[in-house]
This record gives sequence, C-alpha cells and structure tokens, in this order.
Amino acid sequence: MNALFAPGDRVRVRNDWPEAGPVRVHVRTPHYLRGREGIVERRLGSFPNPEELAFGKPGLPARMLYQVRFARAGLWSGAGAGPADTVVADLYEHWLEPAEERHG
Amino acid sequence: MADAHVHSHHDHTHGRDEHAPIAAHGPSRESALLERAIRELLIARGVFTADDLRRQIDLMDSRNPAVGAKLVARAWVDPAFKQRLLADAKAAAEELGIDCSNAPDVMVLENTPRRHHLVVCTLCSCYPKAILGIPPAWYKSPEYRARAVKDPRGVLAEFGTHLPDDVEVRVVDSTADLRYLVLPMRPAGTDGWDEDRLAALVTRDSMIGVTVPSAVS
Repeated sequence: MNALFAPGDRVRVRNDWPEAGPVRVHVRTPHYLRGREGIVERRLGSFPNPEELAFGKPGLPARMLYQVRFARAGLWSGAGAGPADTVVADLYEHWLEPAEERHG
Repeated sequence: MADAHVHSHHDHTHGRDEHAPIAAHGPSRESALLERAIRELLIARGVFTADDLRRQIDLMDSRNPAVGAKLVARAWVDPAFKQRLLADAKAAAEELGIDCSNAPDVMVLENTPRRHHLVVCTLCSCYPKAILGIPPAWYKSPEYRARAVKDPRGVLAEFGTHLPDDVEVRVVDSTADLRYLVLPMRPAGTDGWDEDRLAALVTRDSMIGVTVPSAVS
C-alpha cells in the first residue's frame, strides 16, 4: 500500500479527542502526544486498524504504522530528562498529518 | 539487645502486612466468574478446545527472561546473528528454537554508548511475552507507565541506573502492533566469556531497559 510519510518527515499527531464524543471508541494514540510534532523514524508496515478490531470488525483496509520520534523536551518541561532524550511511539497513518515547514 | 528489638519492630510496616490472607490479592470474584463464563462459552462454541487453551498456557509458562538472555548472549558473541536479530527478531529467535509464530512482531532495540532504550506501554501492558514471559507487576503499574515517559531518568535512578546527560535516553512506548526487546551493551570485563556465562548476566530488567548488565557482582 502507498505510504503517505517517509522516514525523516516532520509530522503532527492529530489533536482529535474521539473519546470525548458520544460513541464508545478504542484509540491507540496516547493523550500526551495529541497535537505534538515529531519526526518519522521508520515505517513499520500495515496492520488491521485496532480501532475497528476492538469492536469485532475486520479493521480493513489495513493502516500504515509508523514509529515517530519526539524530543522529550517538547513534551514536558522540568527535570527528569537529558537534553538529547526522546520518546518514540507507534502511530497509525490516519492519526498523522504533515507538519508545517519551519521558517527561518 | 532489647532496644534493638523494639526498634526493628517499629520499622515494620503494618500497612503492607506480609501475613495478609492470599485471597485479598487474587482477581475479584466477579472477574474470576467472568473469565470462567467466557472461557466455557468459547469452548462450547468450538472457538478453541480446552486442549488448545492448556497448550497455550504451557507455551506461555515456558517463556521467561532466560529465553531473551540466550538471544542477547548470542548477539554479543556473533555479530552476524546480531544483525539478523536486529533485522528480524522473530526469525532470529526461530534459529535458536524459540517458536514465535503466533506472537506479535518483535523489534530489538540496540543500546549503544550514545543511546539507551527504555520500554514502556503507556496504554496497557504490551510486552514481548513470546520471549520474556509474563511482565513484572511494576511494568503494568499506572505509576511506571506514566512516569517512564515523563521522568525517565528519575525512574532509571530508582532502579539504580545513572546515565550521562549526553546519552540519549529513548523511551519506546509500544502503543500498537510491535513488541520491543532491548539489546543491552556487553559489559566490560567479559572478554573471552562463553555464551552461557554471558547469558547469566542478562536480566529481565536489562531487556526492558531499566538497568544495564554488569560483570561486577
């Protein structure tokens, strides 16, 4: 299947909160990453969508899964980490959007 | 010596009574009944047999950190195996007779002098069970899951692990379809050691990334 993103691409995790709606949902995108910007580390392949699998549906078409790297300093302030520290999470393509180009 | 006895008695933490009835720690009566009801229905409907279930439990019981330690020790002594392990962990495990055919994909994360990996599952308790067996209770605790991403060096320090600031601590949150196993660095002072002796240094915690193996006991 076609992948929207490649390693090195800057992406933003969608700032969506489907849990807040009236319908029961199953989401694998951690709250602490919603709306945050990271870099695609690698593609992990495509997998049936767990948001549908959780409700007994086939989860097809499969969704591309990416390992995305975030600077720890961009997620939380305060002590507890070094300047180079990072957090990596596995996120499905429909939760990612291209991040704006950086100016200057 | 009477004073010393009184002192040690007062140090005893009554809040965590070691002699509490075992029943207090098991699953609730409701969840035990629910498990039994679902299990019996699945067997009655022919989704799987009682023997399938027994074999699966046997398989899970056969997996423990010694299996992971074997993979790590082989990777330390055999660079070609290490490359295969990093490229396709399940296929490399199969080479050593570890059947992972029905398990989720596993990715091995190599620690280097510049990068240290720490594995967590903030959403639940995803863990490379096919290789390490059942996760420790702390791995599933809300405290570890929340703090590993927010305060990784604080968590590492509580495990006695202190890393220089210029080492990247990379917290890997296994949120989806992959399970992660850390390949620790081979400790100094182990030149010429054979695989069995090396494997004895590789602990479960070092393959989660909360500790680093050491040849100094």
